[in-house]
Amino acid sequence: MSIGIITFPGTNCERDVAYAFEALGADTEQVWHRETSLDGIDGVVLPGGFAHGDYLRTGAIARFSPVMAAVEKLAAEGRPVLGICNGFQVLCEAGLLPGGLIANRDLRFICRPVHVRVQSPDSILTRAARPGQVLTIPLNSYEGNYITGGDAVRVMLRYTDAAGTLSDAANPNGSEGAIAAVANTAGNVAGLMPHPERAIEDFMGSTDGRILLESFVASLEAVPA
Amino acid sequence: MTDVVHRELGMTDEEFISVQEILGRRPQDSELAMYSVMWSEHCSYKSSRAHLGTLPTDAPWVVVGPGENAGVVDLGDGWLAALRIESHNHPSFVEPYQGAATGVGGILRDVFTMGARPVGLWNQIRFGELSDPHNRYLFNGVVSGIAGYGNAVGVPTLGGETEFDPVYAGNPLVNVMCLGILQREQLVLGTAGTPGTIAVLLGASTGRDGIGGASVLASAGFDETAGEKRPSVQVGDPFEEKKLIEACLDLYERDLVVGVQDLGAAGLTCAASEPAARAGVGMELNLDAVHVREDDMTAPELLMSESQERMMAFVSPDKVDEVLAVAATWEIDASVVGTVRDGDRLRVHHNGEQIVDVPAASLTDDAPVLHRPIERPAWLDDLRKRRDPPDRTPLDTALLALLDDPGIGDRSWVYEQFDHMLFLNTVRPPGIDGSLIRIQGTDKGLAVSTDGNGRMCQLDPRRGAERIVYESALNVAVAGARPLAVVDNLNFGNPEKPDVMWQFTETIAGLGAACDALGVPIVGGNVSFYNETDGRDIYPTPVVGMLGLAEPIPAFIGDVGTDMTIFLAGPAQQRSLAGTAYQKTIFGTLGGRPTPIDPDTGGRSIELAIRLAHVMPTAVLHDVSQGGALVALVELLIRHDVGAVLERTSTIDAFGEDPHRFLCLVPSAEAARVTQLAAEVGCDIRRIGQTGGADLELSDPTIDPMSIGRLRTVWGGAIRRRMEGTIHE
Repeated sequence: MSIGIITFPGTNCERDVAYAFEALGADTEQVWHRETSLDGIDGVVLPGGFAHGDYLRTGAIARFSPVMAAVEKLAAEGRPVLGICNGFQVLCEAGLLPGGLIANRDLRFICRPVHVRVQSPDSILTRAARPGQVLTIPLNSYEGNYITGGDAVRVMLRYTDAAGTLSDAANPNGSEGAIAAVANTAGNVAGLMPHPERAIEDFMGSTDGRILLESFVASLEAVPA
Repeated sequence: MTDVVHRELGMTDEEFISVQEILGRRPQDSELAMYSVMWSEHCSYKSSRAHLGTLPTDAPWVVVGPGENAGVVDLGDGWLAALRIESHNHPSFVEPYQGAATGVGGILRDVFTMGARPVGLWNQIRFGELSDPHNRYLFNGVVSGIAGYGNAVGVPTLGGETEFDPVYAGNPLVNVMCLGILQREQLVLGTAGTPGTIAVLLGASTGRDGIGGASVLASAGFDETAGEKRPSVQVGDPFEEKKLIEACLDLYERDLVVGVQDLGAAGLTCAASEPAARAGVGMELNLDAVHVREDDMTAPELLMSESQERMMAFVSPDKVDEVLAVAATWEIDASVVGTVRDGDRLRVHHNGEQIVDVPAASLTDDAPVLHRPIERPAWLDDLRKRRDPPDRTPLDTALLALLDDPGIGDRSWVYEQFDHMLFLNTVRPPGIDGSLIRIQGTDKGLAVSTDGNGRMCQLDPRRGAERIVYESALNVAVAGARPLAVVDNLNFGNPEKPDVMWQFTETIAGLGAACDALGVPIVGGNVSFYNETDGRDIYPTPVVGMLGLAEPIPAFIGDVGTDMTIFLAGPAQQRSLAGTAYQKTIFGTLGGRPTPIDPDTGGRSIELAIRLAHVMPTAVLHDVSQGGALVALVELLIRHDVGAVLERTSTIDAFGEDPHRFLCLVPSAEAARVTQLAAEVGCDIRRIGQTGGADLELSDPTIDPMSIGRLRTVWGGAIRRRMEGTIHE
């Protein structure tokens, strides 16, 4: 089972994501954005960063990178596709996930750990988590403010306080409905703004990211034939 | 060419005559342009060079000392660290976002030029008081610029220091440090190699941006026309730089380059002449081959452009195709622009004509060395004699005022705008003392602290410089690291004033003495003069970046809880409030003379901090600096949300900033072990209180307990409260 890590020019979390999955015992492979085939890849992750400089609009250019056709095909086959931060933005731009991401409410970049509450276990991101479980995961984004744009959305994670309570103060970036992660209807494509790979060892201050990454790894084998 | 052109380019008549002597004829336009930038203060260090030679730069672990693009030190087991610090003060005042952003871009190139992957950035930033909307605009712009570039280029920003003082209102300071790591065999130098080597220009296209930045912006003071200098500020593109980093690291990995030089100040001129001078060779440069942004650029413009995100690679002829292929993979432009030749001449061709023919080394080595007049300032004695007014400020009132000072209160408004977690190495994040990162796959940790203190240095530049070296050493020591190397950034006023040169030479003496005493070499630095506006100079503001090595990385399981004993290590006797935050905040004055360092005492404090970090994982250590011991303790109490009962103290003991002191909090059951270790090291230490409850109690019947929650609110708002609301002009 091999995880393809899609790297665009300007992506910068590709090695961190590989490190995290390898720490869980999974195999990873870096996939440059010009690749057109994902043969031998069982699922893909679009890591964080600034794909194509995030010029024009986050993810707007990346969705046209050659590899995206293959990613769409993989998603249509029911294979796991996960977007983290900038990868989430790319998946929204590509139409693989509903809604979109705009500038944070305070118009400032935010890099700090936040609390998210598991809303649903029915996705490749959350299947190893309990509904209502509160996780601590670092956020690292300027355009992290999720809007549904009126689309129907399956919410996987919401920003809350440490006790799991929703409040304006616990919503770091002004996201609609405090949404931190969503999935498609089938649950095989998911995106989240926080960085689970930044919460996998004790020295990082939290290991909750493992729960989300383990969900993804478990999903690789559970794909319908 | 008329005789006044050289003056418009910032050259003196004497320098113009020297150029004529070197060439044996009148220089052509392009030649004059090249000498004017290379001999500018910014590039040539002409006012400082005579003094910098006295600094200690040697140690067995120094691989590359000052003079290259970055210093390099040996970390053992085949690992090296590359480090450099640089200022971008003037551009940041003219255009704060781009000024700061391109400062980040420039310092990164200095480090990955050496073959290193940049793994961390630190910034030292100073502004006028935040009560003034223009200062808020500058502060916000600089922080956004550092965030905008650093985050997007994919290098974490791991710490720094922010200070505010009216003296920086007309001339903010923006100093950025970068640390990179590499394996020994990946080290690359800025050499042009042997005759026949091909020069390949990589990265962004060359445009008219930043023409004359080094001579026009960085080498003169400001007056009311500062806004007119905006066209001299470069514009950064972190996306281009990110691709350039990956492309260069790929070239090094494939062993495709002989040498590399980044294009910063003085652009192509510097990137051709410096590597040729280092290698003792000549070079031919063809400007017609340079990939450009605009079609009709003149030769002087091409030679002086400071367009960002460019590198010059020196490549053996048989590897040029491979280099161009690597560039194409990473989607960056590349042009073959020159050839290394026998001899010593730098010859430049444009539109098929030879327009430059000069000795390459004359641009770098023959730059004037000035011995500017030096005179102790007449005003210094009055400043040192100034006595503090009678003071009956209650301790709680003073504490709240200090916590509300933006130079002391919570800096998370700043560092939470920076990605400080990328690469998954951040063991100690920004916010307190030195930050610490791990080197994956090893037991090694690298601690970095950057420190400056303009107010102390104004009172006594020598003592001030010594103090910041020892402070940064203690900051890395409380992170468990042993001081290894220093880079310095010397920010000063107008060197044409003898008292500024006195401050400069005193600072050099202090830096040198302190580094000598610690046994830590200075492996690189940057000098920024002309930090003045309307004739008013800034405080002498040297900044040091200290690299320390922690091996192994300490466990740091310590969390401040209840029933912990609070120790204060270091000299028992507090001697002075001169230059302290207390003096500034409570009296609104600056005067007296700061307490000097004591190398013996300082060395023992550093040793004790390192030992405690390694043998007592439950200990929580924190350096005492701005605001003194009480502020340092309250920072820990706020961070860990616990109260404390302190023994009765005095203003000078609570808020004095004498050097070599740090706090150590340990579970009370282990307190005896701390005093035993201190005795072994010969370091003074005493118990000053105990943690517990939800309040800070000062054992003074006239002062009510203060809730930690209230202290947090004040501390937490020091910057945030001032920056919310209007910040744009």
